[in-house]
Formats: sequence, structure tokens, C-alpha cells
Amino acid sequence: MKKYDTKIKEKTVSNVELKSHHGSSLKHSIFAALPKVESNTHYYHSIKTLDELLERDNQREKDGFRRKINIGKIIKPSKGGKNKVVVVPTTTEDKFYHDDRVTEESDEDKSGDTGQTTGTAEGEEGDVIGEAPIKKEGQGEGAGGGSGDGEEHEVLSNAYDLGKVLTEQFKLPNLKEKGNKKSLTKYKYELTDKNRGSGQLLDKKKTIKQLLKTNIALDRFKQGEKLDLNKFIINNNDFIYRTLSRERDFEAQAVVFFLRDYSGSMYGKPTELICSQHLMIFSWLIYQYKNQVESRFILHDTDAKEVKSFNQYYNSNIAGGTRVLSSFELVKKIIDEENLAKDYNIYIFYGGDGDDWDTETEKFNAVLKDIIPATNRLGISIIRSTFSKNKSKFEEYLEENNHLNEDNIRLDVIDQDADGNRLIEGIKKLVSEEKSGIGTE
Amino acid sequence: MEIISQHTKQIMEECKSRARDAGLSFSDDTLEYIVTNQDMIELSPKGMIPTLYDYWINDLEVIKSKKEYELYPHNAYETVINSRPAISFYNDNNPDWLNVMIFYHVIAHIDFMQNNMFFKNTWNDDFVGQALADKRLISNFRTKYGRWVDYVIEFTRGIDNITGYFNTLSPLHTKDRKKIKKIDYYFDIFLQIEKQVKMPVYLKELENYNAILAKGKKNTDALFLTEIKSKYPEFESCYHKYIKKVHEKPSDIIQYLMQNSEFINKEENKWMKSVMEIVRNTTLYFDPQRRTKTLNEGWATYWHNYLFIRDNRIKGHEADFAKLNAFVAAIPVVGYNPYAIGYSLLEYIEEETNKGKLTFDFENILKRDIRKTYNKHTGKGQEQLFKIRKNHCDFTFINSFINQDFVDRYKLVTVGERINQVRMTKEYYIKSKNYKDYKKYIIKHFIHPPHITVDKEKTADGVLYLKHHYEHKQLIPEFIDNTMIGIEYLWGGEVKLETHLIVGGKPQKIIYTAKDRKITQNAG
Repeated sequence: MKKYDTKIKEKTVSNVELKSHHGSSLKHSIFAALPKVESNTHYYHSIKTLDELLERDNQREKDGFRRKINIGKIIKPSKGGKNKVVVVPTTTEDKFYHDDRVTEESDEDKSGDTGQTTGTAEGEEGDVIGEAPIKKEGQGEGAGGGSGDGEEHEVLSNAYDLGKVLTEQFKLPNLKEKGNKKSLTKYKYELTDKNRGSGQLLDKKKTIKQLLKTNIALDRFKQGEKLDLNKFIINNNDFIYRTLSRERDFEAQAVVFFLRDYSGSMYGKPTELICSQHLMIFSWLIYQYKNQVESRFILHDTDAKEVKSFNQYYNSNIAGGTRVLSSFELVKKIIDEENLAKDYNIYIFYGGDGDDWDTETEKFNAVLKDIIPATNRLGISIIRSTFSKNKSKFEEYLEENNHLNEDNIRLDVIDQDADGNRLIEGIKKLVSEEKSGIGTE
Repeated sequence: MEIISQHTKQIMEECKSRARDAGLSFSDDTLEYIVTNQDMIELSPKGMIPTLYDYWINDLEVIKSKKEYELYPHNAYETVINSRPAISFYNDNNPDWLNVMIFYHVIAHIDFMQNNMFFKNTWNDDFVGQALADKRLISNFRTKYGRWVDYVIEFTRGIDNITGYFNTLSPLHTKDRKKIKKIDYYFDIFLQIEKQVKMPVYLKELENYNAILAKGKKNTDALFLTEIKSKYPEFESCYHKYIKKVHEKPSDIIQYLMQNSEFINKEENKWMKSVMEIVRNTTLYFDPQRRTKTLNEGWATYWHNYLFIRDNRIKGHEADFAKLNAFVAAIPVVGYNPYAIGYSLLEYIEEETNKGKLTFDFENILKRDIRKTYNKHTGKGQEQLFKIRKNHCDFTFINSFINQDFVDRYKLVTVGERINQVRMTKEYYIKSKNYKDYKKYIIKHFIHPPHITVDKEKTADGVLYLKHHYEHKQLIPEFIDNTMIGIEYLWGGEVKLETHLIVGGKPQKIIYTAKDRKITQNAG
């Protein structure tokens, strides 16, 4: 029974790690926050954390080679539309492999098949032996307010990781203007604490209630009797005061509105693309603001409605017609009602296909006139279908009314067959400082 | 990771002796360890060999698998590696009857790996020990040369699936050819093939030779040779050239680079050769396993079935066993299960051989009713299986033995997929019941590395010329770039790859060039 000597190995490996980081400590304070891969097995102790791997990837570019680490998501579909999403790093080992996707084929295989495999079954050629639903956009709206805190937290921590990777790898610009609405933690002095006996402000209502209680207990007052305060025993302890106390106020530095079109025309790829892009923006923002982003999610078809969680936003069903204005009206309503402009950085990201039924130019202009000065950035993503090379109605509206000249508006037009990298390029454009013009790729 | 308990070890030893009685043969020592599922995740990228060299892509894989495990927890019952002694890994807390079944399965795997010809290149080395030494060497290099070690590993791994596996295997199975004698060369090859002399000339030469022979002197050959040389002064060099060509050991790209790359042979880069050697040897070690998955699993399933049922220690657990076995070895309605197909085919072959049906005589019988009731009771079924276990790999196994009978008996079909627009569903339908289609589909998914060699004639002026011997399958274009940049780095100069791409259903010759870390393409 040979047990391999592991002590020597440990020394060698830790030397390696120190040297290759040029003496700097492995536990940078920035990296300390991220979850590490725990390994208590002594034969495989050199597992690097995600950061170390990302650093290595960075180094590749400097050495003249292409980067290799990509982002992947693993989604576990479940009932009620509450899909679990896990963000993973992936890579491929490039080798010379035979490519089975393309064959020198004759015409017999052009029967419109989407795939082929083997199996076992009774029956004749052509018989159907099984059926499966096509991957649906959403299995109905997420019931209730999401599935509780646990899941939200999971998604959030994964989103943080994803955001970190996006920032580092794809060099998304750090948001400026964490601005004058600063202070991560604010202290509020509020008159909220109750205190019996002494304090700054007498809470009259509660005091009387307390007095009544005491006196009923002492049998000095019965229900139905005429109230005669002179008969009451009044003691100091029954006086309820409010005292000034220092409360910590965790103020979100930013509010981000995610708007998306979930009308019928968005079925399939467009919704996938918008959701992916918004997921990435959401994650990146969480990383940038270190969890102090408040996100609001708005879905619209001909009407707009706000939903509570990203899960719901992501998974909600395809609905009816399209009226882009409705979503912006709702945004304005929320900003006004909650007086957000005063205290928060506001960002708005809209995603859709721009296929408005009727743009209602005047109304729209009025709404935007109010919104635009209040926001730091309005990023609009339009999915262009491969069939129509024409601008969508929404795009036309934006152009005609000179909105695209505004400093804080960005437009990104994405083709239906875009891939993850294209979405990331789009995000860069949406948040960049310079106006790079209207792109179509 | 800990050794199994005494009690469990005893179960294993008993299984081993019963297996031996049934005809399996394997070396005596085996080691069994208990591992957790997390251990399995960490060791998987290393092929379950803890002593394998560390590599960052494995780390990435582990991170990914751990997250995946959160969503989709899974459980592997056993894993066994092809080492001396054979090492296997198990879960904790299995009931005894389950251990009996698993042990039989593992023993059959060990028997397979120690008897199948395709594994011959792994029989004489202690791979696990060697891997440890290799791992230490690489760690050592990392302290000196840092991340460049990992680049070398990466680029060598880029070409490690096209190593000369068969080049390594063949010499183990054949004796060395003797060098042909000069006189024999003259008559058999030089005159007939190289010079292509006409018949009368050839006969005259024979006469000359016989004339000298008749004189009875001892140095007939030497005298004759002098005559040849005066007639054909180039004879000597042709002879040597021929010998070199025939006896030259073929080498794969990695070996070629190690021997001929100026960059690697520089004094300060010689350490790279060791790294490349390690990567190459590791792949060669795992190659046979990649090529025999179906047969290996089928073999193990067959034996765990056979031995388990005959084992009296399982009394009372027959139903449990049946349930588990059905789960593992069931042929799925849609999909491919190597355990199931391997096992079913072996079972089929055993039965048919017992009936005497897999023979030439039987094939000649055309009458269906005779074919149906044909049964010679040969009893040679299992013997045949042992032969198969020795000589076949996945491809030869499936290619030789799947016939229409087999496909009919197990109702095997190829399944097609299509979208039903009306019902908005994906439909699976029976595409074909013909055994040829079925066979073709399975074989398509077996490992088939492309045949790429160094074209020695076209490699000149510092340009490495690689030729992909086109077999009607193109290479995956997305991977070509990075792989070639890797080869360029190792070669230290320009690299060209000649291959074919299928455009519009027709192959077109195309030449990729890697220069200064950029890839360009030209039509060939």
C-alpha cells in the first residue's frame, strides 16, 4: 500500500505560485471576496481560483496568443418558469478534429431533419415514437414574487462573478459618476425608537393607550364607563417617548431600469438575445456597484408592468401587441412618484425589436423630455430581424426627433444571429463615453 | 481517499477467485479506494490518476463541474484505471450485495485492459509511478520557466490526438523485418521495379548469376556484385535508399518537432522536449481506452451479470440487482448507451456461436425456416467472446458483428428528429431499420482522429508542411487557427497545412498558413 509522498509536492507548488506572481501575496484583498474552490484533498491542492485563471488569460494576450476563457451558463429548467442559472467559466482545447457537422452528402439527407440518433422501438419506418416540447420562452409568468430569498441570492452571487469576469475580460468601462449621490452608507437620524419614561418627543397616542392599559389592569377603569382622567393613576413609566437614534442607511447608488418588449413579435431568438444582454448588464452593474444597485424590471407589450425579480423578467410569457411608449411612461411615473432623480443615478436599458404599432410622437417626446435629463444613460438595443433590412419604427422615431444626438443616449442594433461576443460589444457601446455612431452588425 | 475496509476487501478477494474460476485472467494485486463525489470531480480531468501532471485547463474543468454538480448532482458507481496494480474507486456506504456486483464489473474491466491487444503498449510500464515522476519534473520546470511550461503543454496537447498510436502498437506485435540482401534486392526490386527491364534482359542476368554460381567458387555474390556495379553505378545508393525507406520508423508530428525543430533544439529550450515527451506518453497511455469504450463496458456488464447471478452471496437481493442492472444496461428509446449495446451484442454473439450460426456454412443457407431453427449446440459461445475480448476494438467489433438479425432482435433503429409545426413540438420518428444505417451511425461517433503527417519533401526552407490525408471528413475550422499557432510556436517558423474543406457538399483543397501568429488561407 503505497501512499505517495505529498509533502515535497506542496513545497514545490507553492514556490511556483509565489514566483509567477512576482512575490505578491496570493490573497489580494480584492480577490478575497470571491468564492474560492475549496479543496481539502492533498493530492490536488494546486487548483487555481477563478481570478488566477483570469489573470493567466490576460497574460496570454500580452504574450501574443489568443484568450481562451469564455463565459458559459448552465441553465436547469424547472417548472413554473423558475429556471436555475449558474454561471461557469468554459474553454475548449483546440485540436485537429474531424467535423461531423458537414458532410459530402448526396440529396437524400435534405429532408429537413434537425438531428439524428439511435434508439429502440417497435414500428415501421416513419412512425413517430416520441415527442418533446420545443424549448419555450417561458413557462408562464413566475408565480408570486420569485421563489424566495435563497434563489435570488444565488442568482445575485453568480451575477457578481459574471460581472467580474465581464469587466476584466471584456474591459467594460467602469462607470463614472458614482457621483455626487455618494456615500455608501449613510446615517439617518430618525425618531423611530420607542422608549418608556424619557425621551425627546412624547408620543401622545401611545401614551394614552398605555395609560388605559395600566388602569384597566388596576381596575380603575371599566369598559363602558365614562372616561374620567382624574381617576387615573398616572405614572411616569407609562409615558411613551420617541428618541432620536442613529440608523444606518444603505443607500443604493444607482437605480437601473430594465425595459423589455415581450410582445408576440419577440418570440424566440430576439427575446433570448435581449435577455442575455440584460443579464450581462445586470451582472456587470452588480459588480461595479458592489451590490448596491437597485434594479427595476419593466415588461411591456401594449401596456407596461413592473415585475419584482430578474427571474420573472427573464421568464415571462410572450404576450400581445407592441407599444414602446407604455414602458417609458411607466418609468416616468416611477421616477416621479418615488422622487428618484434627486438621490440616485438612473440608468435605463431598453431592449426590443422596435416594431411599434404607432409611435405617438408627441406624447413620446414629452415623456422623454422629462426622463432624459434625469438619467445618466439610456441604452437602447434593437434586434434587427434578418429578413427586414429596414429600420424599425422606433429607430425612425428616434432619428427623426434628434434623440440620438443627446449625450446620454446610445443605440445598438443587433442582428438576429448575433453571438455572445457581439452582445458584449453592444454593451460596451451602450455604456461607453464616446459616441461611436449607430452600428449595425 | 481511503482504502476500503477489511470486510469489503474480503468480498473483493472472493469475487476475484470466482472470476478466475470462470476464466477471467488478471494480475493478482489490486487496490480499492473510497472516494467522495467531490474527489471524483477533481480527479476526472486527470483520468482519475492523481499523479498526473497539473494543468490549468483541468482547474477550469473542475470549477465548472463543481458548479454543474450543484444543479445536476450525479453519482458514478465505480471507476477503474489501467495501472499496475489496478486501482479502482468506489462510493462509501454501499450495501454488500451492491459491492459484489460492482466488484465483478471492475474485475471484468481489469481483465479486459490486461488482455486486449490494443492495450499492449501499456502493459510493461508502471504508468502511475511514471506519471508522478513526470509531474514533479513539470513542477520543477514551472519554477524555472514559469508560464511557458504551460504554453508548451497546451500546444503539444493541441496535436496529441494525432500521435502515432498505431505506430507504437505495431512493433509490439510483429518481429523486426530483416534487411533484404543485395542480390535479392537486385533481382526482386531493382531490375523489375526501379529499372523495369524487359524480360529477356532479366533472364540474361539470371543466367549470368547462375554461370558464376556454377563455377563453384565461394564468393559468387561478391563477384556478381562487382558486375552489377559496373553496369549500374547507382546500385549502391539505390539500395541504401530503399532500406532506409522500408525500415524507417514512422514518426508523428510531436516526435518530428522534437527531432527537427530548430527552436526546440536550441540549448536553452531543450527542456521543452521532456515536456512534449510527457504529454505524448500520457496520451498514448489513454488512447486504447478511448478506442474500446463500448466493448469494455459491454464486457464488464456481461461478466457482472454472469458472475453475480451465480454467486450465492447475493441471496435475497436478486430483485435489487435486477432493478439496478436494468437501469444501467437498458437500451434507451432514443439515445446511445454503450453498456447496453456492448452487452447486447456480446450476448447475441455468444448465443449465435453456440448455435453455430456465425459461420460461413450458415451464411450459405438461404431457406428461412432452416435458418430459424438452425442449432448445432457447439458450446463455443463464451470461447468466442474471449477471443473478441483479446482482438477487437470498438470499431472492428461493431463493424464485424452487427447484422440485420441483431438489429431486428433488439428492435434497434435510427431515429430522426423533426419539428412538427402544427403541434409545436419536436418529433422523434423511426428513420431506418436497416442494420447498415444503424452501424454507420454508431461508427460515426467513434473516435476518428484525422490522419495528419509531416510531408518531408515539401518541408523545406524552414517551412513545416503538414498534410491532412483527406478521408471525406473535413477538419473543424474553428479549431484550426489556435492549433496551428501552437505548432508554429514549437516549430519556430512558418507552418502550412494542406487539407480539404467541404463547400457546398464538395471537397475543396485548401492550404492554411501560420506565420507570425496569423493564419491565412489559400485555395490549394
